[in-house]
Amino acid sequence: MSTAATLAGTEQFCTFWVDDLFFGVAVDEVQEVLRHQPMTPVPKAHDAVRGLINLRGQIVTAVDLRVRLGLPARPADRLPMNVIVRSGGEVVSFLVDDIGDVIDTGEQSGVVPESAPSNMPATVSAVVQGVRPLPDAILLVLDVDRALDLPQRDADTTTGGTP
Amino acid sequence: MDEDAEIIAEFLVESHENLDQLDRDLVELEQQPGSRELLSSIFRTIHTIKGTSGFLAFGRLEQLTHVGETLLSRLRDGEREMTLDVAESLLRMVDTVRSLLGAIERTGSDADPSIDVAPVVAEIDRLLAGEPAPAPVEAAPAEEPPAAKAPAKKAPAKKAPAKKAAAKKAAPAESATRAADDTTALPDVSPGGEVVVPSAPQPETAPAPAPVRAEGTEQPASAEEEPTERRTVVDASVRVDVDLLDNLVQLVGELVLTRNQILQRTGGGEDVELIRASQRLDLVASELQESVMQTRMQPIGQVWSKMPRVVRDLSHQLGREVELSMEGHETELDRSLLEAIKDPLTHLVRNSLDHGIEPPDVREAAGKARKGTLLLRAFHESGQVVVEITDDGKGIDPEKIAAVAVERGVVTREQVARMDSRDVLGLIFRPGFSTAAEVTNVSGRGVGMDVVRTNIERIGGSVDVQSEPGRGTTCRVRIPLTLAIIPALVVGEGGERYAIPQANLVELVRIDGDDLDRQVERLDGAPVLRLRGRLLPLVHLASALGGTEPAGDALTVVVLQSDDVRFGLCVSEVHDTQEIVVKPIGRQLKNLPMYAGATIMGDGRVALILDVPGITQALDIGASAVDAADARADSDPDATALLVLEVAGGRRAALPLAAVARLEEFPAERVERSGTAEVVQYRDGLLPLVRLAPAIGLADTASTSRTDGQVSVVVHEVAEGGQHHAVGIVIDRVVDVVETVAVRSEVGSRAGVIGSAVVQDKVTDLVDLDVVIARSGVVA
Repeated sequence: MSTAATLAGTEQFCTFWVDDLFFGVAVDEVQEVLRHQPMTPVPKAHDAVRGLINLRGQIVTAVDLRVRLGLPARPADRLPMNVIVRSGGEVVSFLVDDIGDVIDTGEQSGVVPESAPSNMPATVSAVVQGVRPLPDAILLVLDVDRALDLPQRDADTTTGGTP
Repeated sequence: MDEDAEIIAEFLVESHENLDQLDRDLVELEQQPGSRELLSSIFRTIHTIKGTSGFLAFGRLEQLTHVGETLLSRLRDGEREMTLDVAESLLRMVDTVRSLLGAIERTGSDADPSIDVAPVVAEIDRLLAGEPAPAPVEAAPAEEPPAAKAPAKKAPAKKAPAKKAAAKKAAPAESATRAADDTTALPDVSPGGEVVVPSAPQPETAPAPAPVRAEGTEQPASAEEEPTERRTVVDASVRVDVDLLDNLVQLVGELVLTRNQILQRTGGGEDVELIRASQRLDLVASELQESVMQTRMQPIGQVWSKMPRVVRDLSHQLGREVELSMEGHETELDRSLLEAIKDPLTHLVRNSLDHGIEPPDVREAAGKARKGTLLLRAFHESGQVVVEITDDGKGIDPEKIAAVAVERGVVTREQVARMDSRDVLGLIFRPGFSTAAEVTNVSGRGVGMDVVRTNIERIGGSVDVQSEPGRGTTCRVRIPLTLAIIPALVVGEGGERYAIPQANLVELVRIDGDDLDRQVERLDGAPVLRLRGRLLPLVHLASALGGTEPAGDALTVVVLQSDDVRFGLCVSEVHDTQEIVVKPIGRQLKNLPMYAGATIMGDGRVALILDVPGITQALDIGASAVDAADARADSDPDATALLVLEVAGGRRAALPLAAVARLEEFPAERVERSGTAEVVQYRDGLLPLVRLAPAIGLADTASTSRTDGQVSVVVHEVAEGGQHHAVGIVIDRVVDVVETVAVRSEVGSRAGVIGSAVVQDKVTDLVDLDVVIARSGVVA
């Protein structure tokens, strides 16, 4: 899948929903997508860190995008899905509500990349690289590295999505 | 011998690799003759081979590489220019080195007469002497014999320590002479094989290898055999990237977990074939795991091989006579650990020589053999590698250590008074400590033992010292077998499991029923356990993890030690001890010091590994009182640790914590009278008691303030004339230990009270313990 994204004129996103937001992550950053996995909670960790997953022997941190984006908590009866991404030499899982298709927004698709609208909540826009207005939805392109940079809670550094 | 063979095999593999590099470097060097970088690289390679061959007593190889090295060093230093014939002779040297390595591989020695070193040596010597390079063909025979003989004969004589090599040297010297003589006979033979690079433009260099072939019929055969035989050694071992091995270890760990799951499922099944297959899987997976772990293991002998030299040099330098013996060469441990312990072990050996073993005369005077012995011993013990460094030197005198430690401000006199001799010896690992009267280049800078300890603890190991003054010292270093797999205690809290590295585990204590009330007290809300007369701060794992402290009628305490901090971690459940595979956790969790990583349990679930030093840091555990005083004294020089007490039914008093040896409780009926004094039987002796309240002019309520019929006693030790007297100070109860800058006021100053201060918002009498004791007259 990583080669597909680098082909000239293509731009493929693995898409998913978080609450009512439609997100996409470049396919070459996504390792795999998994159903809900048993998690081991990490006491005292950032709220967005929901636990650790055993991914074939590798310990993967699960970051709940709802918490990360400051969205309302997921209803208790809905189990999150895992979007496993690679970032900074590590493998991390995003907990999302639902998985969508892989979408190509390359040259042929006629989709024009735009930057995030200025009226988006700061918690969301801080981790969005740009948007792709699709015919039936607006795709928010997630900046994986920034989304995984969790604001320090305890330390006296100022909070905010970006370093 | 086996070990030698192993070292030689390693040497060969390494050298072959180096030679390939060397060929490339030399060829490149011809393109850019001035490249110091290339020259240095070539020089290093040859130097390495020379060094090792000297060590392994390959005299001819050493002789050859020695001249080569000399030539290279001239080139490197710009004393000589790189010319065609310099390059030629260097290449020829490399080829001859390769042939010699081949011979070593076949026969185990470099004495194979079919390979001739002398001509190459002679040629390089000539180049070094600065003679005009390519001599005319007819001049060669006249010139070469003496040149060839000289180095060939000189060399073996020089290498006297190489015992076996000396004897075998005769042959090469002879053949060298003959080789040179034959030169005229075979002027234009083009050399073949891989012994020497063909070089048509310089006929005088060609003859050298030629006699090799002319000498005997078996030579061509052996030359042909050589490649295949070499392959056996070179191919028998493969260099593998350590990352790849790590990856394998991980995959095998995963396989083992999967096997566990399959075994669980098939356990109750009916399918005989499946059961059989899973049993086979079980077996194969176990063996695979073992083999893969084995790939990372290397014998400690690798580190020890350097010790004889270290000991020899140092004993010369220090004027000691030392016999070094080593046991357990074959003890294996993880490669990365081997690297990590190299320096600490060398340091400990140096220390033994410098501080341990006495000069011969001193030893003789003390009735010992002039020659000291130093024993290095390695062995496996309960999943750890133990390395002991034992000398029969003068030992370490705890009193001297204590005196130096006090003098250097490492600890206070009061703290020392309360230490047992093992703790005192442990002081040598404190930063800034050194007993050496003067700084030598061997030791005495006062950094060293603490670095040794830090380095060893970094890899999860520990080090301790035992010593018998006059008899000797033993340093014992314990190292985990591998970094990746450690033994751990698995505990349960809040439905999750946590692994605690066994390296930090001291003991498990379970307290229930009446003991719970009696042994666990609260100092200002913080629970403290009385464990064998010492106060152990308690932390509930649940509250450490941000939850609420569970209530219960029993307490399971995991006593943990990290550096100097000892504390008790209360857990809900204790599962079992098991070997766990340590796995890293993501950077989102890196700011949590209480976790060292995570591991995967048998059922596939993730469990966090607790980091004991991290927990003490995160929770700011005041350590055991004594150590807290040490640590904090540094931060605020005016602050003192005070033990706050309650006397006379609610009045507060404070003692310097440094004056407190222990806190004890006795049933009131155990207080007996001896003459006019109250005493209690304590530790095979009598502990005189002083009631604090009357001694400082207050009403004594010590016996009535407590409903459980116990008497609280602060044990204070008075050092007098080298002897320790203990005195028990009877109080109502202990309130707290505080670290504070007490602003003393003269208010309330009276006999036994130096004044008062506000401690924790309450007026507190500052007790002058010396006066109190002196007034009581219990210590004459």
